[in-house]
Amino acid sequence: MKIKVLFFAKLRELFGTSQVDVTFTESNNKVSDVLAALRQKGEVWAEELNENKSFRIAVNQEMVTEDVMINEGDEMALFPPVTGG
Amino acid sequence: MRAMRWLCFLRSLADNVMSVRVQTEDFDVSQEMLALRQKNPKVGAVASFVGVVRDLNDGDEVSALTLEHYPGMTERSLEEIVSEAKSRWNIYDALIIHRVGTLLPLDQIVLVLVTSAHRGESFKACEFLMDYLKTRAPFWKKEQTSSGERWVDARTTDSVAAMRWKNTDDE
Repeated sequence: MKIKVLFFAKLRELFGTSQVDVTFTESNNKVSDVLAALRQKGEVWAEELNENKSFRIAVNQEMVTEDVMINEGDEMALFPPVTGG
Repeated sequence: MRAMRWLCFLRSLADNVMSVRVQTEDFDVSQEMLALRQKNPKVGAVASFVGVVRDLNDGDEVSALTLEHYPGMTERSLEEIVSEAKSRWNIYDALIIHRVGTLLPLDQIVLVLVTSAHRGESFKACEFLMDYLKTRAPFWKKEQTSSGERWVDARTTDSVAAMRWKNTDDE
């Protein structure tokens, strides 16, 4: 199962990429599983996606929490708290 | 008679158009205001808010601001916020224009317009739209200051401002 993960703003800059694909060998994965996989990618990933950091999560352009299930083809996004207006 | 009914139907459709725009170009407030209200002679009040780039933030001089967004989700979340305002207050229409890209001090960033029969509903809905936009719509600001670039941190005061709309006493 492949999930597309997008990054915005500070996270995009820190990770040096706007998008990665996360692949799972089995189905039945949650957002928290994607985060766990991303934390393995390196020090800055583990640091920025640590549970004490206040990043936001969206799946298919809706804000969600870590316990939400994800499916093949879903678009997940991670970004800092918003600062528009 | 049938033509009249058809006209009324078309007008009701136009009245329900939700308008949100994310763009790099500037906007003309009076032009947008006229476009929003002129299609509905029942409008007796138009409330507006314009956000503008300041040259100072957190004690540092700001020479430019770059706004990033999440194409698709940003528009969708703005539409949801407009829908919520329409369900909470008796308003006719609302328009949100938010600029992205690089902006300079004095530039306009955001426009919120609300039309209603009387001022109370427009004022409240306009403030609500801004408070929710600031805490829910995916936009991020990066400042160019004399000491370099920095991403703007979310403010607690904005969350507090948005929280008060959960209290129905304020409606």
